Amino acid sequence: MSTTNQGDIQTMADNIVTLSDGTFSDAISSDKPILVDFWAEWCGPCKVIAPVLEEIASEHESFTIGKLNVDDNPMPAAKHDVMSIPTLILFKDGMEKKRIVGAAPKQRLLQELAEFL
Amino acid sequence: MDHEKLTIIGSGPAGLTAALYAARADLSPLVFEGVAAGGQLMITTDVENYPGFPDGILGPELMDAFRKQAQRFDARLQQVDVTEVDFSAKPFRLKVGADEYTSDAVIIATGATAKWLGVPGEEQLTGRGVSACATCDGFFFRDQELVVVGGGDTAMEEALFLTKFASKITIIHRRDEFRASKIMAQRVMDHEKIDVTWNSVVKEITGDKTVESVTVENTQTGEQRELPANGVFIAIGHKPNTELFAGQVDLDENGYVVTSSDGSTRTNVDGVFAAGDVADHIYRQAVTAAGTGCMAAIDAERWLASQE
Repeated sequence: MSTTNQGDIQTMADNIVTLSDGTFSDAISSDKPILVDFWAEWCGPCKVIAPVLEEIASEHESFTIGKLNVDDNPMPAAKHDVMSIPTLILFKDGMEKKRIVGAAPKQRLLQELAEFL
Repeated sequence: MDHEKLTIIGSGPAGLTAALYAARADLSPLVFEGVAAGGQLMITTDVENYPGFPDGILGPELMDAFRKQAQRFDARLQQVDVTEVDFSAKPFRLKVGADEYTSDAVIIATGATAKWLGVPGEEQLTGRGVSACATCDGFFFRDQELVVVGGGDTAMEEALFLTKFASKITIIHRRDEFRASKIMAQRVMDHEKIDVTWNSVVKEITGDKTVESVTVENTQTGEQRELPANGVFIAIGHKPNTELFAGQVDLDENGYVVTSSDGSTRTNVDGVFAAGDVADHIYRQAVTAAGTGCMAAIDAERWLASQE
């Protein structure tokens, strides 16, 4: 399987959005949960997890997935003490509800996120 | 239930080289890549010692090339983790969640994973300053003070990579000399941003929200001191990924798969072979993993032919 080009919006499911420094705080304030994927181009494990997240996005509608490139948009990572990528944080109403650090198999991600599915 | 002639578990240099050779031998191997597809090279930057690349190559690029080469000959790659194996009867059985497969022969190439220290504070602060991947996380530590724990090539690579970002790096090593290759150790010793604290171990990592300091103990004197640090990078070696195979094939006391004393890749189970870091605690190189991956494919091919 070739690595997914994470910048290619056309391959993304409908419920995946690209976040930026400017759009981040509005995006996480929604009452619909959003799972933010803090990633960067130079991070191998981020590339491993990207297709897994796309699968989860296509199978589950209960939360949005937000892709945040920390290289181009460093502010949210600093604000939320993200110092390792990939980090996934699930936000609802602006509050952090769940944090998963590092690449994990799909089954484990789904287990961790079970209460939000 | 799908039946396979040859199943390969793992997709680092060993698994993908086995896949390439097996595919070219018309065995149409099924490769369970695992969620950590590509293996340890995916979290490296420059690979400078893989022959054929005089200018070095990025780890993920090298693995992408391996993958494409295996696929060119119709190896079938699946990015899922095998969850259970049963080698007690033939054909062997493998499970991926609820899906079950049978296979005449299996090559184990699941590699090894970085070890953690297991000290207080480490787990709570993972992702908040504690890391095992400098290339992933170095970026977050611009102009900050870092600790690297370890004394092998990986520790040297991590420390050198982190000099791009950090203001100061202290390597903490439990012995009085590095295990790393001379060239890497020398680069570290010569670097103005790197200090080494010998004969010392980390006892605790502390910090409120993120890492603030580590407690270091001198192994000779027992003396402890607090060292301020914004990040701690752990590079103390690897353990083989063999939890899946406990009770199924012989493992040595450190958990590595035991292969035949005749130098082949055979395990104690007829029809199960092992290649790469999962069976090698001595060399642990991309090129040796690829070499044993090739051997495993040839061993499996001959074994399958002998069963017909």
